[in-house]
Amino acid sequence: MSSAWSITRAVNPPRAVYLDFPLGHTAGKPNDKALQRHIMIDTLSAFESIQQPGTIRSLPYVWSDTDAATLDWKQWAFRTRPRTDDGSAQDGEVEVRDARTPRHTEPQYQTEADHDAARAALAADGCPTCVFLAAPARI
Amino acid sequence: MIETVLTDPVDYIQRTREQYDDLGFPPYAWVYNEDAPPFTPLSVPLSEARVGLVASGGIYRSGQIAFHYKDDFSFRVIDTQTQLSELRVTHFAYDLRDARADPNVVFPLQTLRDLATLSRIGELGPNAYTFMGGIYSSRKVRDALAPAIADRLQRDEVDTAILVPV
Repeated sequence: MSSAWSITRAVNPPRAVYLDFPLGHTAGKPNDKALQRHIMIDTLSAFESIQQPGTIRSLPYVWSDTDAATLDWKQWAFRTRPRTDDGSAQDGEVEVRDARTPRHTEPQYQTEADHDAARAALAADGCPTCVFLAAPARI
Repeated sequence: MIETVLTDPVDYIQRTREQYDDLGFPPYAWVYNEDAPPFTPLSVPLSEARVGLVASGGIYRSGQIAFHYKDDFSFRVIDTQTQLSELRVTHFAYDLRDARADPNVVFPLQTLRDLATLSRIGELGPNAYTFMGGIYSSRKVRDALAPAIADRLQRDEVDTAILVPV
């Protein structure tokens, strides 16, 4: 499943479905079970119907019925300020939305209770379902 | 021109290039796999298939160690019978609000359980595997993370697997 067509094209997996939604919604919209199910049924059917390796099938769902809402997320996605059509930065006073997050090296828990639960689990059995891998050797 | 913006996919490779350029970073070295991908047709009907689930959206279960944001290439094993209320999401590169409200948007666990109940698939594998994308080193993904998860999926004897990146 993918919502980033250019990245999936570069990775070139055996088969893929593409959903034109903002990142963070690869399998649908929150609490919309019917949409999530349609998307997954289409995804599963691609296992049987795609014959040509490398095929990316576009799914027929749209994020928003209004052009303004679609335009807003598409223009701002992965951007801290708007761009002109040719990709160059706009001149003058522009709104800046810096959404980048610092690259913390400590685990980032959703809640402090999770942090406590992880501490307790670690003390009890060391979290066997957390798998840390050795870095591959440089050859 | 508006029409193109509305209908064309957002080119995240181009946008990352622009953002890195703005920040004064050298361009990111994206992986381009030019060779034909390996391709194995499904060997059983979907309604009999055991399906694996792998997701890169930073999902963990309460009680597990959360992901950190600097080249974390560890993964978590999540029992596919886990209750949704135990699922958590952490990631530096996307808006987490919807995923935290309903993890199925990046980790379609209940969606697939429902489709198994409806016999659209045979069953889910016993475990799902999750990691946090945004791993800068493609080498660590290719040489360590991907083979480790593929090995787990083979041990689970799944017929196919769905990868849900963000």
